[in-house]
Amino acid sequence: MKEMQTKLVIIGGGPAGMAAAVSAYDAGLRDIVILERDSKLGGILTQCIHNGFGLHRFGEELTGPEYAARYIEMVEARADGIRVYTSTTVTSLTQDKVVTAMNREVGMFRIQAGAIVLAMGCRERPRGALSIPGHRPSGIYTAGSAQKFVNLEGLMPGREVVILGSGDIGLIMARRMTLEGAKVKCVCELMPYSGGLIRNIEQCLNDFGIPLKLSHTVTQIHGKERLEGVTISKVDERRAPIAGTEEYIPCDTLLLSCGLIPENELTRKAGIEMDPVTGGAKVNGERETSVSGIFSAGNVLHVHDLVDYVSEEASLAGLSAVRYLEGQNDMPLDIKVKADGFVRYTVPQSVRRAGDVKVYFRVADVLRNAEVTVTVDGEGVYRKRHIKLAPGEMECVALKGEWLDGAKEVVVCAKGEERK
Amino acid sequence: MKRELTCIVCPRGCALTVEYEVVDGKVNVTQVSGNGCKRGITYAEAECVAPVRTITTTVRTTADHVVAVKTAAPIPKEKMMEVMEVLARVRVEEPVRIGDTIVEDILGTGVNVVATANI
Repeated sequence: MKEMQTKLVIIGGGPAGMAAAVSAYDAGLRDIVILERDSKLGGILTQCIHNGFGLHRFGEELTGPEYAARYIEMVEARADGIRVYTSTTVTSLTQDKVVTAMNREVGMFRIQAGAIVLAMGCRERPRGALSIPGHRPSGIYTAGSAQKFVNLEGLMPGREVVILGSGDIGLIMARRMTLEGAKVKCVCELMPYSGGLIRNIEQCLNDFGIPLKLSHTVTQIHGKERLEGVTISKVDERRAPIAGTEEYIPCDTLLLSCGLIPENELTRKAGIEMDPVTGGAKVNGERETSVSGIFSAGNVLHVHDLVDYVSEEASLAGLSAVRYLEGQNDMPLDIKVKADGFVRYTVPQSVRRAGDVKVYFRVADVLRNAEVTVTVDGEGVYRKRHIKLAPGEMECVALKGEWLDGAKEVVVCAKGEERK
Repeated sequence: MKRELTCIVCPRGCALTVEYEVVDGKVNVTQVSGNGCKRGITYAEAECVAPVRTITTTVRTTADHVVAVKTAAPIPKEKMMEVMEVLARVRVEEPVRIGDTIVEDILGTGVNVVATANI
């Protein structure tokens, strides 16, 4: 097997991997390899042809492929220090930072890396994980697969559509299918609130008069060869279908937008400590995992709402990897960051380096008249009121370095009025 | 009169309250509140007077691929489906580069449709 040595290996060539590579290069590193499974760089962005990307990162509104192209150009402009292997699948990763990968040209090969950034992104929760009774006819797709068919292949999955799940991809696809001439009959959401951005409910559903049925789920798939319809039911507060509320909706297509799962098989197999809530690795403020020198960023770490934040996080991970390679990252001090109240998780889960650090979090429920507080070793250091907090919108608090000096534990807490 | 809107300019999605009056059939926005930035005011005024949207979609190439495009500026909301119908009939020659004009002045809106991907 071919053996190689590289200072920094980045697994994944989507927005996170590209941003990590660019920032590592700009910090002076010239021995960077990106391993990408697809035939080209860009990741999921290339199929996200809608706009709204880049407002934070580039100060202008871009579509997904435009945002990806900006980063692809940046990577290509740094070709003297960043080598890109496309159509290359990574099969394993060890704590000693040995990456095993394969592609058609080289076959299997091994890279001994000095540092690694995990940037594998996430995938969609499939039908098999949802337990919907019924046959397995054609016409049932995850929203992202349908997005790929329509936007990259130019194929329409169907004409009469029901969408299960109101995550952003589901909402975006409701509009996309409508614009392409399909009839989207409704979007069903199991929870009493949408997991998507409010603006997407407005511009993707309300603009086209598509009903959003909250506290509803699909309880039966009809049709044997091709989907003929679905039965939807209202669910109670424990998310159990309520008898007598069944409604039959004829349709030839069911799109599933039921959550994204960080793609961490490699991470788990390497024995890296995971956060069961995010589905990603546990990291410190530098985005370093429990294994020194292995970093994680982007949707493989926790699912982001905005690619701009993915780029920001991955730039940090790339920079941290360079610091690690230069031997600057060895600070044993570990301050735990804990989630309290309605805060479901925080990223990072601990902070190390003294200095300002941003902590991202999501809440577990829609809260009104909410308050976010930060306490350090029991002492309140931050308090901010929010009119509304929602699980679909990632929030952030900036911890000041002076709060953290000699601290042992930081607690981020959200309280507020729950929905009725 | 009063109208509640969700701002769609950025992912923050501010809840806007717009106060307006109608004089001789013309809408006149008098006050916007709830906006986190100035763009919220511009959005609220446009939304009450003449709502606009940016269309992002694809067009076919003569090689039967599809390439992503957008309206270079927002177009009147009520023309969305009409724009889609025009674009459904468009065939472009490859190669296409980001920023290439695909349709000039679509439906007389003064807005060009431009490519957003390379193929």
